[in-house]
Amino acid sequence: MNELKVIQSEKDKFALAGDGVSHDGKSWFYTDVVKDHFFNPRNIFKTTQEADEYAKEADGIGLVGSPACGDGMKMFIKIDKDTEKLEEVKWQTFGCGTAIASTSAYSVMLAEGNGMTVDEALKVKPKDIADYLGGIPARKFHCSVLADKAFREAVNDYYKKTGQNEKVKTDGKKIIDNVLKITDHDIEHAVLEGAMDFEAVQKKTKVGVHDKECIPMVKNLIKEYKEKYFGED
Amino acid sequence: MTERKVYMDNSATTRMDSMVKEEMDKYFTEIYGNPGSFHSIGLDAKQAMDNARERAAKVLNAKTSEIIFTGSGTESINMAIKGLAYAVQGKKKHIITSTAEHHAVLETCEYLEKKGFDVTYLKVDRDGLIDLDELKNAIRDDTFLVSIMYANNEVGTVQDIKEIGKICSEKNVKFHTDACQASGYLDLDVKELNVDMLTLNGSKVYGPKGVGLLYLKMGTVIEPLIHGGGQENNKRSGTENVPGIMAFVKALEIAQENRVAESERLVALRNKMIREVMEKIPKVVLNGHPTKRLPNNVNLSFLDVEGEAILLYLDSKGIYASSGSACTSKTLDPSHVILAMGVPYEFAHGSIRFSLGKETTAEDVDYVIKVLPEIIQNLRNISPFNLDLENVESEQKKIREKIRIHEAKK
Repeated sequence: MNELKVIQSEKDKFALAGDGVSHDGKSWFYTDVVKDHFFNPRNIFKTTQEADEYAKEADGIGLVGSPACGDGMKMFIKIDKDTEKLEEVKWQTFGCGTAIASTSAYSVMLAEGNGMTVDEALKVKPKDIADYLGGIPARKFHCSVLADKAFREAVNDYYKKTGQNEKVKTDGKKIIDNVLKITDHDIEHAVLEGAMDFEAVQKKTKVGVHDKECIPMVKNLIKEYKEKYFGED
Repeated sequence: MTERKVYMDNSATTRMDSMVKEEMDKYFTEIYGNPGSFHSIGLDAKQAMDNARERAAKVLNAKTSEIIFTGSGTESINMAIKGLAYAVQGKKKHIITSTAEHHAVLETCEYLEKKGFDVTYLKVDRDGLIDLDELKNAIRDDTFLVSIMYANNEVGTVQDIKEIGKICSEKNVKFHTDACQASGYLDLDVKELNVDMLTLNGSKVYGPKGVGLLYLKMGTVIEPLIHGGGQENNKRSGTENVPGIMAFVKALEIAQENRVAESERLVALRNKMIREVMEKIPKVVLNGHPTKRLPNNVNLSFLDVEGEAILLYLDSKGIYASSGSACTSKTLDPSHVILAMGVPYEFAHGSIRFSLGKETTAEDVDYVIKVLPEIIQNLRNISPFNLDLENVESEQKKIREKIRIHEAKK
């Protein structure tokens, strides 16, 4: 099985639980591959003007995140209409070292060589990005998820533009906490940011503070997301 | 990659002064006794400690019996807040602090809330200052403690400690201040400051890590947190960290002796850095008060880019700073101090703290001013955001104007 390769030192297990460990005890927080992609990002634009121009001719554009939440990614894709192979994947990222390196690595994985088909590309999972980078700190795992989400948005945009509306996939949000209107996405996000039990998720989201009835459902979701992203319960 | 190393994280910790290290070494190998031992070797250590306590008391304009040595600033804060809370338990239950305090204060207060105490967290304004009227109104009959930091560790804002102390003593409420960041730059005369308790530590004044001090005004009764052999006037048991204490006091003396000249030197460098970075880079805002500010603190938010990414680039250029960005915090939330001041999340994520120190030269500042624009530009080039915040410009102007007026006054 292709197991998620987050840096698994003892310290990082603590980091998973939200500890402030900021390096692996050796030299750097990040692997050489992460550093390489951070300092020499691939498939970027030289200027924001160039990105604006490119946007006009891109086959699909996806944007996730915002400056307020601390992460944001925009992905631009060009697709060969006959083969549905990715010709180019370009991107812009607002975020930390992992966020920038993840998007860069992802763009390389998808479009290099002959380029993957859209269907193949959609099978690439966040953990594959983490593997490609030689591991990323557990608490930064959500960065690779964002890259994946931005790409999915771009593909949806492409499907809409080419009239393939039936292929558009949206992750439907479901309200879990009826008082604070907290959705399953919010809980997923909290887990990805290192909240590994109900208490930690509640601290981040305030879920279940007023709506006590949702607590069992929240606990189940946490278990599900932990299995999905970290392979543990 | 580069020769130059510019350490601008002196608010995190400082490099130990060589004279301090020399002083410290002596107490590991020469005067190594336990001050509690009944023989000459122990007596030597005790006399050294007594001497250090006198000198520390002199720096603070306090009595020797009012000085308690501890293991860190955090321990002193815990001792002050919990120690007083345990002493008044059952009689009084209300504490007042602010939302911009150090975690050592906030977490201790949150803990006490769980134990049945009430805590009021005063909000701070956009510059990081508390409102004194709000403080007056918050004091209740059952309030026993106000804890407000002297100078903020993240944004450098300096509170009006004297006035706060006056309000507290009029209302017969004890006042504790965390002065760790202030110790190299501001007046520590406890009588002038009207404080009942004051926390200091070694690692911010070019002294050792793992040593702190609590000034406890005579007549202020606290319960000890650590029980044992009754050291430190029964307030903090455990064999005294003689090398650490000797070095800490030496460092404190040196820092206080130089503080006026050093403050003046750093204020000039600080203001130059703020002004020139803002001139060279668009869309930058200053966090913290423009003038009521630690001489060594430059805290800037760069819009459209994220703090950790800036830190990585700075590190590659040999510049060591810190960030209030979410990605560098353990909770992945941006700095509570910056948010407490009402700074938008958009700004908080791109905040960088440069904390200067006695080794910082004009050339270091020039070097940072030189390399920073390219780093920010590179990151902005790959950022999908371009916040159009008209008020950023006007805010910038206001800050520059305030600095200009402040400098003109001198």
